[in-house]
Amino acid sequence: MSSAAGARLPGRIVLFCVFGFLYLPIAVLVLLSFNEAGLPTTWSGFSTKWYVALAGNSEILGAAWNTLVVAVAATLISTVLGTLLAIGMETRRRKSTGLEALAFAPMVIPDIVLAVALLTFFSRLNLTLGLHTIILSHVIFDLAFVCSIVRARLKHFDYSIVEASRDLGASGWTTFWRVTFPVLLPAIIAGALLAFTLSVDEFIIAFFTAGAGRSSITLPIQIYSMIRFGITPEINALATIVMGVSALALLISQWVNKEQMS
Amino acid sequence: MSFQASRPNLLAAPAVAWLLVFMVLPCLLILSYAFFERGTWGGVVYDFTLENFQRVVDPLYAKIFLNSARIAGLVTLIAILIAYPAAYAINRAPKHRQAMLLFFAVLPFWSNYLIRTYAWIVLLNREGLLNNLLRMAGYDGEPLSLLYSEGAVIVGLVYNYLPFVILAIYSTLSRLNPELMEASRDLGGGPVSTFLRVTLPLTMSGVAAGGVFVFVLSIGNFVTPALLGGGRFQMIGNVVYDQFLTANDWPFGAALGMVLIATMIILLFLQGRATAHASGERAGAPS
Repeated sequence: MSSAAGARLPGRIVLFCVFGFLYLPIAVLVLLSFNEAGLPTTWSGFSTKWYVALAGNSEILGAAWNTLVVAVAATLISTVLGTLLAIGMETRRRKSTGLEALAFAPMVIPDIVLAVALLTFFSRLNLTLGLHTIILSHVIFDLAFVCSIVRARLKHFDYSIVEASRDLGASGWTTFWRVTFPVLLPAIIAGALLAFTLSVDEFIIAFFTAGAGRSSITLPIQIYSMIRFGITPEINALATIVMGVSALALLISQWVNKEQMS
Repeated sequence: MSFQASRPNLLAAPAVAWLLVFMVLPCLLILSYAFFERGTWGGVVYDFTLENFQRVVDPLYAKIFLNSARIAGLVTLIAILIAYPAAYAINRAPKHRQAMLLFFAVLPFWSNYLIRTYAWIVLLNREGLLNNLLRMAGYDGEPLSLLYSEGAVIVGLVYNYLPFVILAIYSTLSRLNPELMEASRDLGGGPVSTFLRVTLPLTMSGVAAGGVFVFVLSIGNFVTPALLGGGRFQMIGNVVYDQFLTANDWPFGAALGMVLIATMIILLFLQGRATAHASGERAGAPS
């Protein structure tokens, strides 16, 4: 055992460096959002004034509301579609390569390509761009991620309990709601939370399918336009909130679905 | 199978329909646009042409494409070189801690891409943390312009995609049978040769999966070059962006997009072949 403990020291150093690289930039950002002066040059005392300033910025509040509308709508639709797709794919007799590719594609297709394809598609249909087109677009990748999480749980699903339920006389419908659904629920919630996070943070596709005008600007679009004008303390505060919400959603998602990890 | 999904196709249908309408159809549409001419005032004239693809191989754009490929290749290489030791260390950590370590390694990946890129603007700009640290260390020359450079773009891309590579490599490492390494040691293989001749070849599928992912996302990226590379720095993603939102030459933008998709499909195909090859080898190995 002593050699194993000795072998762990280099591992610890590696992990320390990698986690430092991953989290230091975020930590600096969070720290600066509480800096009185707001600038990275000097620390002039703890202050929450940049958060107060955010609360009074109607543009940012409007963008935040739009983001919430898009994320909630896209999450609801994609959770239903993704879960059904997962059950459909896992209960097929034979694996379908086409179906596998279709469900995998949204996760790997470059954002920029999907974004310009959707912009072209919506304009060809003469559809007015707005929050609804962002929602239609976000469901694409959201449902793929929900599907992959629910499928992972279905792989460990014990189908004998479904058979038991049917043998005891329950209908297919009752069996689904009383047996299958409760087992899948943690994965469905985890998938929904991941879809929500992805939707809240998605920038490129939203940017292309939002159309012109302020009415359909989401937070990432707002953040992008702010970043291009340079560093402001408000962005630090906004970034901290957005990161916090994402991290919280993912922690809950992990916690709800943790049995799957073991 | 008496699972209630007696009609699996029916259950999959709504999602399949959604993906066909909003993903496959739009992709086919821009594929077709790539073969049409650009209208005088923007828009598309439905006359068949191969001109857009001829422009893709025009030295100007070919150079941008090759440069993007070079940067994406560097990013992939650096990300793998950092991710492999990290994944290896996580895999060596006590079992009960692995899930947590992995979760925190991947957590940043799911959070806002723009903000993670912005964090590097804060660190690298002339008044930023790194320049301040240098000044404190006694450097009193002009502040270094670290931002708006190729190096900044590479650092930003590695930073953003590293978690996924760690995840991909870890997932193959954790499935590896430890007895194989023990057998190698018992047969007199030192730690280095065991790693190079047993562990590394058996985990190449994870390296390939992570690598392809990083390469594909990096070569088509336009946000990081725009934010960390400065206005004049162009990668192929920025050219696509310009064709659609400023130059208004959708057919040419579509042709460029198709080149990106083709690159992705070829790499995924090669990766699939490599993985199939590797798992064939593993199946053949005595256990």
